[in-house]
Amino acid sequence: MRRIEHYAPLLFDKEEYFTQGHRACQGCAEALAVRLSAKALGRNTIVAMATGCMEIVSSPLPTTAWKVPWIHVAFENAAAVASGVESGLKALMRKGKLPQKKINVVGCAGDGGTADIGLQALSGAMERGHNMVYICYDNEAYMNTGIQRSSSTPFGASTTTSPAGKVRLGQETWKKNMPEIIAAHGVPYVATACSSYTVDLVEKVKRAAATKGPAYVHILSVCPTGWRIPPNLAIKYGRLAVESGIFPLYEVKNGKYFLTFDFQELVPVKNYFKGQGRFRHLTEEAVARIQKKVSEDYEKLKAKCVNIKK
Amino acid sequence: MTESAKKKVGIEVSLAVAEAVKQCDADVISAYPITPQTHIVEHLSELVANGELDAEFIPVESEHSAMSVCAGSSAAGARTFTATASQGLALMAEIVYCVSALRLPIVMVVANRSLNSPLSIWNDHGDVMMVRDSGWVQIFVENGQEAYDHIFWCFRVGEDRKVMHPVMLNMDGFIVTHVVEPIEFWSQEMVKKFLPPFQPLHRLHPDKPVTMGAFGPPEIFTECKVAQEHALVSCMPVIEKAWDELYEVCGRKYSAVEKYRADDAKTLLVTMGCLGETARVAIDELREAGEEVGLVSLRLWRPFPFSQFKAAVKNAENLIVIDRAVVFGGVGGPVALELKAALYSEAKRPRITNFIAGLASRDVQPEDFKQMFARAKKKLADGRDDEFEIYGVRG
Repeated sequence: MRRIEHYAPLLFDKEEYFTQGHRACQGCAEALAVRLSAKALGRNTIVAMATGCMEIVSSPLPTTAWKVPWIHVAFENAAAVASGVESGLKALMRKGKLPQKKINVVGCAGDGGTADIGLQALSGAMERGHNMVYICYDNEAYMNTGIQRSSSTPFGASTTTSPAGKVRLGQETWKKNMPEIIAAHGVPYVATACSSYTVDLVEKVKRAAATKGPAYVHILSVCPTGWRIPPNLAIKYGRLAVESGIFPLYEVKNGKYFLTFDFQELVPVKNYFKGQGRFRHLTEEAVARIQKKVSEDYEKLKAKCVNIKK
Repeated sequence: MTESAKKKVGIEVSLAVAEAVKQCDADVISAYPITPQTHIVEHLSELVANGELDAEFIPVESEHSAMSVCAGSSAAGARTFTATASQGLALMAEIVYCVSALRLPIVMVVANRSLNSPLSIWNDHGDVMMVRDSGWVQIFVENGQEAYDHIFWCFRVGEDRKVMHPVMLNMDGFIVTHVVEPIEFWSQEMVKKFLPPFQPLHRLHPDKPVTMGAFGPPEIFTECKVAQEHALVSCMPVIEKAWDELYEVCGRKYSAVEKYRADDAKTLLVTMGCLGETARVAIDELREAGEEVGLVSLRLWRPFPFSQFKAAVKNAENLIVIDRAVVFGGVGGPVALELKAALYSEAKRPRITNFIAGLASRDVQPEDFKQMFARAKKKLADGRDDEFEIYGVRG
């Protein structure tokens, strides 16, 4: 890894499709995730994006950060719009109205647009078997509108609609497990990724694009603004989320689970919480409760993975 | 026009509409089957299943996704169709507004039906009035032949590069959609002559990347809306030309404002949709009884045909507007409100009485029009013509 500057350019497309000049906050790891996945998808891509941070920072009229065709319609329908684009192209190419060409059709949204308001449209698109990729950029709350909780906000996090108070802990529900929900649809490819693991993220998005049928990639995207951390630490916290087992990286290929990194020993969750403003109110008791759940869930996941020796 | 094309076939209107969509060679049809649907999309899925229509039929999980799929496929440059009604239209309303601003020429049939609650599946215009201001080209038809003919017209107008707007064809639920009517079908040569292939101005394609549906900060939002309003209003010449050419192709003459025995009438009934056909019967009977009465039936609802409407009513002293929807807490039905506003600045304007009738398919017969005519006369005599009335309330 020491000589990464020599071989990294060989791994990544040098061309930018999500370009500079967008208006994301300093240290936004979601913008990084979008940029990397755009590189992985390449030029022959059409993006349908839901309302959210990435949509507003990338497209304020009359400017655009997109070098690939891009459409935004509403908050809850990115998957449906993408499935429409895919169907339109399919019909036009079959009928000879457009020349045959492999085009990646991608729907994407944040965690709110995926796990909450967009879940129905996403489930429909996955079930119908469209040849498309769906990417969830999960920053664990409605950051664009002011850090309100979503069903993807982790247990214990303080947000503007799940504030920690004298009698409340903050978010009192466990993070909705979106990758498992999509895996239950029986789609051929599901993966989790994190923008702190750039090479892995790019490879997974490439695999998703090469999949025939629906593919889903869930990317943990650290949000310094909403997580209340310094902007220069976004990458570090992404790594800690993975190393602590809070956000394990894995793939589900045709129903078979593969763990991406197997850590012999997980970093304690308290190390991940430390320094994050959204968790600073957590008591030792709450941390212990979360640690127990994280360890159990990690073991359950490992037990499912075929590449782990039992 | 060939003789074979002139032959009439007895067919359920919904099925005839689906046949027209097939003849237009639609590429993508997306629909949700309930909330509620008609036989239009059922028949289209059958045509696709039998290989009679080469299209992607996308049976989505909701009406909201139906319109969202249409947005995506139309943006990709595919000829796109959907149909809906009442609750389904309500659910998709958000995206109905989006696609007109995105200038996507989707064609949608709305089988006009009541909105809940109480639950009703029957006919009135309560559903479509909710999306009146959504920026779509909107027309109403009176019968099955008009519905069939106008499917070709809708694609032709919407896809015209000077228009590039979604087009909504309203037909009264059940009263038109579910009846068997004699329909004169078009031959494929006629379709080819009237409807050119869809060639979008922009499409989502990597060969020429575009950004669609961007974020509009306050510095530019007003200008976007001005452009949208300008685009909708200025498509009137294309609309008129399409009707002229439709006449040349099939021999039926349609216009934005239809008139019946109207030119010398002192009193004009004003309807929209299939009530117009019944009103004609009543007008004939009233004429025989010596009343100077005629009919104006609105076909084009958006963009509103101000000049054509003003010309049609310029000699009338009284208008009796029969609405099929309620504007709760308002001063009349939606059509009456529109017409009052349209005529307000005229130096010489007719007096307008307004009835709301035919909610949830309650039958409106020729006798009812005569009753409304008589009541309007009395209201005018009493100076109470500004009060609207929901007609035919029991008890």
